Amino acid sequence: MSIISIRDLVVEYDGRRVLDGLTLDIEQGETMVLLGGSGSGKSTLLRHIIGLERPRSGSVLVKGIDITRCSQPELKRVRRCIGVAFQSAALFNSLSVEDNIALPLREHTSLAPSIIDLMVWMKLAVVGLAEFGKLHPQELSGGMKKRAAVARALALDPEILVFDEPSAGLDPIVAAELDELIRLLKQAFQMTVIVVTHELPSAFRIADRIAMLYKGSFLAVGTKDQIRSSEHPHIRQFIDRVPGNIAQTRAVEAYFEEYVQSQEVTR
Amino acid sequence: MATLTESIGRATLKHLDYVGGLSTQLWAGVRALGAALPVTGNRYRWKASIRQMLEIGVQAIPMVGLMAVCGGFILAMQGATELRRVGALHYVIDLVAVGFTRELGPLLTAIAVSGRSGSAFSAEIGTMMVTEEVDALRVMAFEPIEFVLAPKYLAALITVPCLSIISNVCGILAGGIFMFFSTDLDLRLYLQDVLTSIQLQDVVSGLIKSLAFATIIVHVGCLEGFRVRGGPDAVGRSTTSAVVKSTFLVIVADVVFTAIFYFTGRR
Repeated sequence: MSIISIRDLVVEYDGRRVLDGLTLDIEQGETMVLLGGSGSGKSTLLRHIIGLERPRSGSVLVKGIDITRCSQPELKRVRRCIGVAFQSAALFNSLSVEDNIALPLREHTSLAPSIIDLMVWMKLAVVGLAEFGKLHPQELSGGMKKRAAVARALALDPEILVFDEPSAGLDPIVAAELDELIRLLKQAFQMTVIVVTHELPSAFRIADRIAMLYKGSFLAVGTKDQIRSSEHPHIRQFIDRVPGNIAQTRAVEAYFEEYVQSQEVTR
Repeated sequence: MATLTESIGRATLKHLDYVGGLSTQLWAGVRALGAALPVTGNRYRWKASIRQMLEIGVQAIPMVGLMAVCGGFILAMQGATELRRVGALHYVIDLVAVGFTRELGPLLTAIAVSGRSGSAFSAEIGTMMVTEEVDALRVMAFEPIEFVLAPKYLAALITVPCLSIISNVCGILAGGIFMFFSTDLDLRLYLQDVLTSIQLQDVVSGLIKSLAFATIIVHVGCLEGFRVRGGPDAVGRSTTSAVVKSTFLVIVADVVFTAIFYFTGRR
């Protein structure tokens, strides 16, 4: 049985349909990349997978529990097996990096403080921040913050690890390092990984399967090669980086032509 | 005509929505209060409560004290101008003592706390909303109301009445100093007169009011914070609105409580 199965998920904000009857199965131990442009609904889908919002209709089953309908205690239990690294890292600024990671351990487990210290150190070592634990989040660089967020997501040894735009706002080298970290974590801990991104290189490097979102529905769900060789016009447009016609290129061109001509005349 | 009714309807719905949000949060906050108590509750929440008590209470003492001293002088001088004409200068003592314990002490304190802490609550929570920290709390299986609001609420319920008492003492002492310089009344005699003129009910009614004020300040401040959507400008707006709304509601509540005490004959 798949670890997460989404059935006919419909989400509307103020009567505007954001997700239109999505159905997707994510298998245990695979890396699923939710790929799509801005406004395709991929972040909204993610917020529903981790149970931050309730959909208009449809269901999201995580380990067999429907998190759109279950009780608060059940939802809490499900959440403990999901680790989330947010786009903005979302570290608690008032706490040091160590305390950020120790927080769920202290409050959700009855481990001794010395064990917690050890576990925090291990999580930090995994993401390569072992000697930065005493610092506060605002003293870290963007890439370090993201890695610290990964360490916090790993704190309770989750079965499912979720990344929201891991490479957004990072330079290519740091972004590539983060991709490697995601691959390494998946190999080392056999986790199910869900990544939301719009970055193609990163998606093709880490994914087992890719779900391509466009305007609230899936264009295609398949392996990297299936997506790469797809003939669907929107997927081709996305992969080949063809600009959309939002900017009304004709009108812009005409404007510039007129402008250049008027300049020539005055000269 | 349709637009007029439309806008009236929309405004009514907006206010109803606000009142609804406030009452839901109040109920959730009261239920979460247990988690912040020492011994029976969660010790991390209790520690947070103590930090909040220092911030809301201890750090506000100089400001509240000074405001009360000024208020005491103002009340004594304004009262003396009128009372001297009818040869009843002695009643300045009653005016200051009863006026402060029943009314000005709690009210001045609430205005000071709303300005200092109400704005801080909404700014803190608003920033946490913008940086996804509140979402992070929820996916880590923490309840934001319990984690963020409950310590602040408990701290305010304890410190605001204490500040009110400090305010009462400062205001009454200021009255005494005024009487000493204007009529050479011995400070010890003044205090004896004060003690005969105030009754226990006066103090109790003042303290009941200050509990209500604390509730208003915390819940309005936190609700404004939780309702922040968007960016830093929204945080700024929520801070302004937290102070404006809580000060307004404090005064409305003051009228209601004063009327209740007046008509039930508790003076």
